[in-house]
Amino acid sequence: MPQEHRQILKYVDQPGYTPDIECYLRHSGYEALKKAITLPPKTQADGKTTTGPEQIRQEVMISGLRGRGGAGFPCGLKWSFVDRKSGKPIHLICNADESEPGTFKDKQIIYKDPHQMLEGMIIACYANDAHLAYIYIRGEFVEGAKILARALREARAKNFLGRNILGSGYDLEIHIHRGAGAYICGEETGLIESLEGRRAYPRIKPPYFPAVLGLYLCPTIVNNVETLCAVKHITAMGGAEYAKLGTPNNTGTRIVSISGHVKRPGYYEIEVGKVTIGELIHDPCFGGGLRDGRKLKAIIPGGSSAKIFKAGEKFKLKGNSLLGREAEKEVELLDLPYDFDSIIEAGSMSGSGALIVMDDSTDMVEALSNIAEFYAHESCGQCTPCREGSLWMAKALHRLTHGGGRSTDADYLLRIADNIPGGRTICAFGEACAWPVQSFVGKFKDEFIAKGAADEERRMKPAASPQC
Amino acid sequence: MNESHTTEPIPNALLSQPDFAVPAALAAEADELITHYPVKRSASLMLLHAFQDHFGYISQQAVVWIAARLELAPINIYELVTFYPMFHQKPVGKCHLKICRTLSCALGGAYELHEHFCKKLGLDAKAHGPQTTGDGKYTVEFVECLAGCGTAPVMMCNDTFHEGVSLKKADEILKGRGQ
Repeated sequence: MPQEHRQILKYVDQPGYTPDIECYLRHSGYEALKKAITLPPKTQADGKTTTGPEQIRQEVMISGLRGRGGAGFPCGLKWSFVDRKSGKPIHLICNADESEPGTFKDKQIIYKDPHQMLEGMIIACYANDAHLAYIYIRGEFVEGAKILARALREARAKNFLGRNILGSGYDLEIHIHRGAGAYICGEETGLIESLEGRRAYPRIKPPYFPAVLGLYLCPTIVNNVETLCAVKHITAMGGAEYAKLGTPNNTGTRIVSISGHVKRPGYYEIEVGKVTIGELIHDPCFGGGLRDGRKLKAIIPGGSSAKIFKAGEKFKLKGNSLLGREAEKEVELLDLPYDFDSIIEAGSMSGSGALIVMDDSTDMVEALSNIAEFYAHESCGQCTPCREGSLWMAKALHRLTHGGGRSTDADYLLRIADNIPGGRTICAFGEACAWPVQSFVGKFKDEFIAKGAADEERRMKPAASPQC
Repeated sequence: MNESHTTEPIPNALLSQPDFAVPAALAAEADELITHYPVKRSASLMLLHAFQDHFGYISQQAVVWIAARLELAPINIYELVTFYPMFHQKPVGKCHLKICRTLSCALGGAYELHEHFCKKLGLDAKAHGPQTTGDGKYTVEFVECLAGCGTAPVMMCNDTFHEGVSLKKADEILKGRGQ
């Protein structure tokens, strides 16, 4: 029986659970921070001594935690890249710029349990010796920014933040920085530019890897809200214990945002890989099935940038046989486990954990046109293939959805989309705007051709009763 | 500070605000925000938000004032106003309705909702960009994903989120607003 495993959302939505610090403390809040900050140095078997912060970093490495923002990059590894010898200060930024279409999980944490996020953030700062940190929150979360500002004041008053935290001698200041409606600020180097007060033009890597040359050209860590919450739980329970949750290489819990044509859209926290896509859509604990009388047409597994899956698709996944040789097994879409690796193997990504469900009432051309318009609006305009490509794809889709289509538009769209990604742009936005077009047109090509052909036919016919 | 910073900014589309005056409280808020950053320029977005909250939009004079306070040229602030969609270059209605148009909300009826508002307020549902009613009371605008996909369609009325907005709920939101 698949079910939710609520760890981060444990108290969220419980009657009487409020976002203030008193309530958080009553639910053993800040205990993980107290544990982290008082960890004594430990002597290893080889005689080396590891400090408390080093031990936390090790635990996060052992936990196998992968970033919950979109890329799924191992958090411990990200932290290990931080240049600790440069002599420059290390900064940490919490990426609360949640704006991937389909995603609404971080908002729940920020609005309903802000102290959990702060606790994770303070622990992460302590583990990485950061003394100045920012929460980059999207501009539209006006109320969220106020909730966080209050949470920061409360934490400061209790000395979980500020000078000499809990008598440890460790100082940390956290400030809130509000974005102003630009999706590209979710890209970590774009976010850093925006935090420096400029247009959010992503920086080219190399050399601008945030871990080496980030905010103010200092080593910088950018972590997603949910990732930082997981750090709190890893500190509390230990990395090895956390790694028992989920499946190998896809450890822990993650929050899946389900939207679109299901009976029970919403956010559900699952052990990674322990629940299949079919269960997320149909199980009464999760999506609760499609609307009555409807059939599944397609899903987007990880936010609008992820490649679409068509209902009934089958994938060949590598499974390890007992002999250690790799054996392939065929898996149907609905049996695909919701984790990082399986979905990548199936040709898409779990991205920000946003499952968008579309039933047979959906016009795929309209749906793609909607997504393409989003990317055309949000391209920062820095790189030509992305700026021009996203716009021309949106234009072609606009004419296809407004009676001016052509039967050649499907190939035209693919030709543009194929020429945007693959190292032609500074950041992954190029991929993000091309993937939906490649996958929608690739998998539903007949619909795109038919729509264009119908438009052509209509134009060829002489008007029944000429107006002039 | 360079004298040229305080002169007329680059020719731009922003409105002039002849009666522009920064109250002491707003100036103090700006100076406090600047202390949050080791580099003054970082405060520019937060200052723009503070000014927009106070004046309702960003004028030429606001750009010049903020630039001077941050020891920047006006172009450094102006380019942010034109890049970030949340900053208004002219006043918006007292009741600013932002309707999410992105996929999950579109699947949930965002276009019908947008059309409903436009019809009610005598605006053109097909027009591009924000539209304000003649009396300056309402602005209707389509915006990109507001991170409320699970309760589609969602919208904001000024700073307040509204989720699962049926046409009936839309009418309730309009009622008593923008007066």
